[in-house]
Amino acid sequence: MRWLLLKDLRILRRSPLLVALLVLYPIVIATLIGFALSRGPDKPRVALYNAVAPSQNKIRLGGETIDLSQQSRALFDAIDPVRVDSRREAIRKVRDGDVLGALVIPADIAARLQSTLRPGRVEVFYNAEDPAKRQFVENTIKSQVQTANQALTKKIAEEALRLLNLIRSGGDYSFLGQRFDVLGLERSEAILRAARPRLAPTERREVDRVIAFASLARQDLAFSDEVLSAVGTPIRVDATVLNGGSTSLTSFAVAIAVAVSLMFITVLLAAGSLALEREENAFPRLVRGLVSRGALLLEKAGLAAVCALAVSLLMLAFLGLFVDLRWERFPLWLVGIVAGGLAFAALGLALGAVAREVRAASLLAFMLALPLAFLALVPSGAVSAGLYDVIRVISAAFPFKPTLDALNAALNDSGGLGLPLLHLAILSAAFGAISRLALRRFA
Amino acid sequence: METRTAVGTEAVLEARGLVKRFGERKALRNVSLSAARGELVAVIGPNGAGKTTLLSILAGIERPDGGSVSKAPHEIGWVPQQAGLYGKLSVAENLELFARLEKVADPRGAVERMLELTDLRERAKDQVATLSGGNRQRVNIAIGLLAEPDVLLLDEPSAALDPRQRERVWEFVLRLAGGGTTVLYSTHNVQEAEHHAAQVVVLADGERLFAGSPRELEATVGPASDFESAFMSFLHERGH
Repeated sequence: MRWLLLKDLRILRRSPLLVALLVLYPIVIATLIGFALSRGPDKPRVALYNAVAPSQNKIRLGGETIDLSQQSRALFDAIDPVRVDSRREAIRKVRDGDVLGALVIPADIAARLQSTLRPGRVEVFYNAEDPAKRQFVENTIKSQVQTANQALTKKIAEEALRLLNLIRSGGDYSFLGQRFDVLGLERSEAILRAARPRLAPTERREVDRVIAFASLARQDLAFSDEVLSAVGTPIRVDATVLNGGSTSLTSFAVAIAVAVSLMFITVLLAAGSLALEREENAFPRLVRGLVSRGALLLEKAGLAAVCALAVSLLMLAFLGLFVDLRWERFPLWLVGIVAGGLAFAALGLALGAVAREVRAASLLAFMLALPLAFLALVPSGAVSAGLYDVIRVISAAFPFKPTLDALNAALNDSGGLGLPLLHLAILSAAFGAISRLALRRFA
Repeated sequence: METRTAVGTEAVLEARGLVKRFGERKALRNVSLSAARGELVAVIGPNGAGKTTLLSILAGIERPDGGSVSKAPHEIGWVPQQAGLYGKLSVAENLELFARLEKVADPRGAVERMLELTDLRERAKDQVATLSGGNRQRVNIAIGLLAEPDVLLLDEPSAALDPRQRERVWEFVLRLAGGGTTVLYSTHNVQEAEHHAAQVVVLADGERLFAGSPRELEATVGPASDFESAFMSFLHERGH
């Protein structure tokens, strides 16, 4: 078997295009993915017309000044603003396709917010020719406006609470440059209680009513803290993750990239190298007593898995230049990659044994691998329950999904490694058996 | 039909009652033959007669459904009709690979011997894909000889070769036989059977119709212009 492996490595070495692809492919893919992961998505270009005069950017709520330009900074960070001089110009830019959308802030928004009686309004205009981007702009603006709303609501609620506390407990209050000493309900009640014994019975009854009102109002206002704190966020969300881990999107993308590369390289190498034995007419010579069919399959699987391991590690090394990888988990990476590589190799051998020709085997490998990888990435909830069950069954019958799970567990400590490894071992045995059976009619 | 062996020599290869079925079709029906040391045996017959099946069974590529062969596959050298070589390996590399797989005691020595025997020493480092058809066939035959077998099977050894290449291959094969190697070969070229073979085995529809010298075959049909005509008459008389 050693000599067969050396022979295959020698043939591989003498296929410069294939070797170049094997070496360059992971480097190029890793570089592309690394760049994509290390940079955020492009900000959408949005025309911005702010009709608010600079002097009116600040509003006062009670004794506090709120700078509207500071509140809107978060929105501007999420878009690439193209400042225009009029509402008409903003709309024209959207129609011409120069920008994806337009945001018009009217001049009276500060006054409306300050009055707290009328809601402030902004206008948003979309370019809907590209639905995906349009939705992105819509979601971005909505979420940023929601954030601004929440911030302003919080400010308003804080101011309202301060005023209510003033009414309840009294204190100093400033308005239009003048200071007032507000009595408050608490002190009012105390004054009335002190004066009560000196009053006539009929007056005492009226004062008792006021004392009761002041006491009740004080007690009720004690709950205003909780009520007003809920104004800004009346519904809070407590999210609990039941299945899966806490893998970031970046880390998951790394696992996908490695799984896809591992799949293509291993399946194609295994299928092609086995089919080549038939094309070169060497297969009958080998199996008539020199090498058993089982040993031949093992050698091909080993060749494909070893090459794929080298390529995968090279790819991870390059990805590590762009994203943080947990190198302390390297031994687990090896386990995941080798297990996935062997399963893919077994699949490749089955394809090669069935196709019996290098070109047909390569085509079959591509046609099978791409849709299976796609199916394995379909999330639950994206399709109907019945269809998802079918997808799960199909995905389970091929190595991509368990390999992805194994790599995700090995790279990102997300989910267990044991079950995917067992799954891969079963698939390796199954596809190995299929390829062994298919060799009966191979020559 | 009695089996003909060289006078004074015992058979080094015997096949008795070989049967092979592919589904409902019987490819070989109770075929027997024997060959002596250094004998050239030609297996001839029309298409579908079972020639390649017979050689495949003798080589161990196929298992017979009945009958026996006196030698194990690893004791017999086999040269397939289509050269079983790795195009991206050199002549020497192909020979060394198969020498090691055959577990030859001295692989490098065996390679040197084959390069000498096939007169391909100057092309030893050339990739097989760059060789002519005739040279590829020589390497093909050399691989069959690496283990120095007593018996060599050649399946259509001169097919797809031009006359000059054919002549060189036959010079090589005759040298082998002269050195004591028993050579069994299948061929469509009846003249090759007549010129080179000491024994001719005629197959048709999986049945052995004749085993004997070319002259004995001619004698069975009476006067004929040449061996090929006698062969055709022989087949016609037996309904093939």
